[in-house]
Amino acid sequence: MTNAPERRVSDVLVEIRDLHFSRGPRKIFDGVDLDIRRGKVTAIMGPSGTGKTTLLRLIGGQLRPDRGTIKVDGVDVHQLSRGELYALRRRMGMLFQSGALFTDLNVFDNVAYPLREHTRLPESLIRHLVLMKLHAVGLRSARHLYPAELSGGMARRVALARAIALDPMMVMYDEPFSGQDPISMGVLVQLIRLLNDALGLTSIVVSHDVQETAAISDWIYIISGGKVVESGPPDALFRSESAWARQFMHAMPDGPVPFHYPGPDYETDLLGSAR
Amino acid sequence: MIEWLRRLGATTLGSLGRLGRGTLFLLNGVAGLPSLLRRPGLVVAQLYSIGVLSLLIIVVSGLFVGMVLGLQGYYTLVDFGTAERVGQLAALSLTRELGPVVTALLFAGRAGSALTAEIGLMKATEQLSSMEMMAVDPYRRIIAPRLLAGFIAMPLLALIFNFLGVIGAYLVAVEMVGIDAGAFWAQMQANVSFVDDVINGTIKSVVFGLVATWIALFEGYDAPPTSEGVSRATTRTVVNTSLAVLGLDFILTALMFD
Repeated sequence: MTNAPERRVSDVLVEIRDLHFSRGPRKIFDGVDLDIRRGKVTAIMGPSGTGKTTLLRLIGGQLRPDRGTIKVDGVDVHQLSRGELYALRRRMGMLFQSGALFTDLNVFDNVAYPLREHTRLPESLIRHLVLMKLHAVGLRSARHLYPAELSGGMARRVALARAIALDPMMVMYDEPFSGQDPISMGVLVQLIRLLNDALGLTSIVVSHDVQETAAISDWIYIISGGKVVESGPPDALFRSESAWARQFMHAMPDGPVPFHYPGPDYETDLLGSAR
Repeated sequence: MIEWLRRLGATTLGSLGRLGRGTLFLLNGVAGLPSLLRRPGLVVAQLYSIGVLSLLIIVVSGLFVGMVLGLQGYYTLVDFGTAERVGQLAALSLTRELGPVVTALLFAGRAGSALTAEIGLMKATEQLSSMEMMAVDPYRRIIAPRLLAGFIAMPLLALIFNFLGVIGAYLVAVEMVGIDAGAFWAQMQANVSFVDDVINGTIKSVVFGLVATWIALFEGYDAPPTSEGVSRATTRTVVNTSLAVLGLDFILTALMFD
């Protein structure tokens, strides 16, 4: 709390500077700088395999960067002690791609889980809170179902209710739209924006669904090859003349991200004998 | 030759790495034990799924092992005219060796494999990750209660196994073959020492309990988060636990009984 005044003036909630991270020999991030502003929905987009999920895990302190800093609310995530990190995580919600609901608990208990772990609230109050959160995602009456009985979209909404159970300052969404039918996709798109504005959250959406994400985000970063290649508000990126933005925003098969996996050229490969 | 050396080096490094990770894992799990004082319910739930649900296989196996001991012991001893010592034979074999060892082997198959699959799937479905992100330490919430429950359950299961084994031997030797019940129990009482046999056997099963649960939990936690990874980890749990138990049993026997 020592640098509280400085933190209050900054409207940047997450500040990433010169981030380097590799898995084995593979470089995932090679000097990423980006800012997530308070109260906004920020999208991080890029082709599959560019480490978007890894970025969320780095912000959440589950992974350590090789170099560079990640500050959340003014504090460097990777300088924190274990206790401090856990305290910070209580103020972050994360929606995993699979939902990651606890399969041995029903919907109600899944949403109640963080409340029961971290608060000493009486059960009657927990019931109210859980029903409120479930009502917000439209699943109040599904509270007796088990995760195995939910559709993919419902599971994600339950996970969303769980992620906001402790009223966090920010929510990170890992590919919230992948594998959803148009209706549940529409529901999720609306929910992310609505919850962000109604609860005063800061949202980070990692996705490669361009239209849906662009529709709700205030700012977009496009990551490719371990770097931020473009950033800006969605309409500016749609109009952008840059090759990266054009290929990604308009879903063109070839461009700076090649259609073909890198390797020897076609002719050499066909005529050569190597397998 | 170079390739062979390279592979030897890689295998050695891999095993050492696993050993190191396994040790850290155990230390983290043990460090989570004090937090269970405030949440005893977590341990009770695990005692049920690890211990109580293993009872059937332990009871049935104990009974049959005891019956076989009674029968084989009788066939051999009757030639020397000492058939009434079959009670002693069965009780000593059970308390010293068969009880702890067979219980641990059955435990690996029944409870160990279930633990590995459970933890491995929790990891594969990101449940452990999401727990971490909810600021809940999986070591305290998931690993520690299971570790403690396995540690408590194993000696109790071994005692139950021994008890049922003696009953099985009694049923065969006394009720079926017709040895005098008084001689059966008297020989057993006179020749089985509580400290040397029962306590030592229990110490064995305490050690096996720790090792079997540790291996099962670590294999699950260290499994690659894929269906193939979890299936391999489950197999490894059963194989590694069985080998570790048999190896440790020899060492403990050599130290305890001379």
